[in-house]
Amino acid sequence: MSESSGPVDDGEIFDLEKKQSADFVAEQQSLDEQPLIEARNIAVVFDDQAVLLDINLEITRGQTVAIIGESGCGKTVFMKTLVGLVNPTRGEIYFDGEGLHRMGYGELTRVRRRFGFVFQNAALFDSMSVFENVAFPLRQSEVVSEPVVEERVLQHLAEVGLPRNVASKRPAELSGGMRKRVGLARALILKPEVVVYDEPTTGLDPIMSDVINELILDTRRRYPVTSVVVTHDMHTARKVADRVLMFYPRPRLNDHESQVLFDGPPSDLEHAEDRRVRQFVRGEAGERLNELSQGLSV
Amino acid sequence: MDGITTIGDMTLFTWRMLTWLFTRPPCRGTVLINFYQVGALSLPVVALTGTFIGMVLAVQSYAQFHAIGLDSRLGAVINSTLVKELGPVLAATMLAGRVGGAMAAVLGTMRVTEQIDALTAMGADPIHYLVVPRFLACILLIPSLTIMADFMGIVGGYFYSVIILGIDHAAYLNHSRDGVTGFDLFSGIFKSVFFGSTIAIVSCYRGFNCEAGAEGVGKAATTAFVYSFVLILAVDLFLTIVMNSIYYTIYPNGTSFL
Repeated sequence: MSESSGPVDDGEIFDLEKKQSADFVAEQQSLDEQPLIEARNIAVVFDDQAVLLDINLEITRGQTVAIIGESGCGKTVFMKTLVGLVNPTRGEIYFDGEGLHRMGYGELTRVRRRFGFVFQNAALFDSMSVFENVAFPLRQSEVVSEPVVEERVLQHLAEVGLPRNVASKRPAELSGGMRKRVGLARALILKPEVVVYDEPTTGLDPIMSDVINELILDTRRRYPVTSVVVTHDMHTARKVADRVLMFYPRPRLNDHESQVLFDGPPSDLEHAEDRRVRQFVRGEAGERLNELSQGLSV
Repeated sequence: MDGITTIGDMTLFTWRMLTWLFTRPPCRGTVLINFYQVGALSLPVVALTGTFIGMVLAVQSYAQFHAIGLDSRLGAVINSTLVKELGPVLAATMLAGRVGGAMAAVLGTMRVTEQIDALTAMGADPIHYLVVPRFLACILLIPSLTIMADFMGIVGGYFYSVIILGIDHAAYLNHSRDGVTGFDLFSGIFKSVFFGSTIAIVSCYRGFNCEAGAEGVGKAATTAFVYSFVLILAVDLFLTIVMNSIYYTIYPNGTSFL
């Protein structure tokens, strides 16, 4: 309890409230500008082969970042590094200002629950039904009564356009698109701050790919999430992202070259300075054909 | 060098599993499923192989014992061999083949299809969720399977010796009782707990460290069985030496089949 030194008039109270409100807005603005995820000098080396080297980037709150690049450029490894599924050989990842490398098991678990992860092939648990798959994060993290679990699972399945009767099916009985949507429902059930999508449209027909793209946009409209989309589908990158990063395979770069060839809005991709970015965006083989024929491919 | 790394890695894996086991028990649902798969589904095959082994022992030993006129002592040899050695090793071998290979294949497939990564990403520890229940099922149920293998082996041996070979029923039972002590039964069951833990740790470790693709899963399942089997025999030798030392300390004269 603070003690007042004397009577306070209405004007002073109004000024105080105004100041507090201004402070709150300033604090919120500073929070919004502060990067939610920050990678500093990340390097990941497997068996003497550098997959990622000196990656530095910041992702601010609310952004949807698409990471593009050809197979083997380290997109998925980078994405897994963000949530501590792969430990970087060197460098640090910061989430909301806190270094993942300084965290103990409990803290890291709490941070991971602020992420929703949509895996490339959905990674649904074969031994469980769709309902149990979607309920799994909820049952693991909170003490929630079964009626609430049921309500939330069915709500999330409905949000991704899946009927109630799907809930009792096994993942093996579902099509690729349905599996991806169940994976999305499972990723969103804990209302994460960041949703990470690994190749969300790979292996799907064009219609289902667009359904998934719309769901990614819908998720962003529905929840205040930051999204990281790893893809090599340019249609997805252009449609869902407001920032695109292009990675390039490390072994095919010179020592001084950065592995991130492009960092900007999707509209700039076509006119990127780097020829390799333009080639990737247009889907042109270019000198890769010569490299393959000479056996220089990596 | 790779061997030393694997041993170190497996030790850390076991340590993490034991830490979870004593700090946060797994949920009932995951334990019960594993109990059913390890215990209930292994029971018929263990009982069947136990019966045959008992009968095979009778067939193999009869000629020699008959030649020296000690047919009625056959029960002591069959039952002692079963209770001390063959029962526990047979139950463990069947468990390594039926359950260990399946564990490695299931966990290997989960690794390859990123299901283990998904567990971690959702804030669940894969060792706590997947390994601890399997370990508990193996160490808690292998004694029951061993008792079943012992019992069915004894029944099989009795059936072949008394019913087929016509050895005197009362003499057979009498010598069987004299040839087997409570310590023999205890040492067999005691050893089986170590066999169970070996199967669970080796199989889960192989599954967790599975290489990519269908070939990787197949290799994980095969190596899980081979490594488990070799380790079961090595652990058996070591524990038998230890148990025998303890036995002869307690009973300096031991038991005799004669």
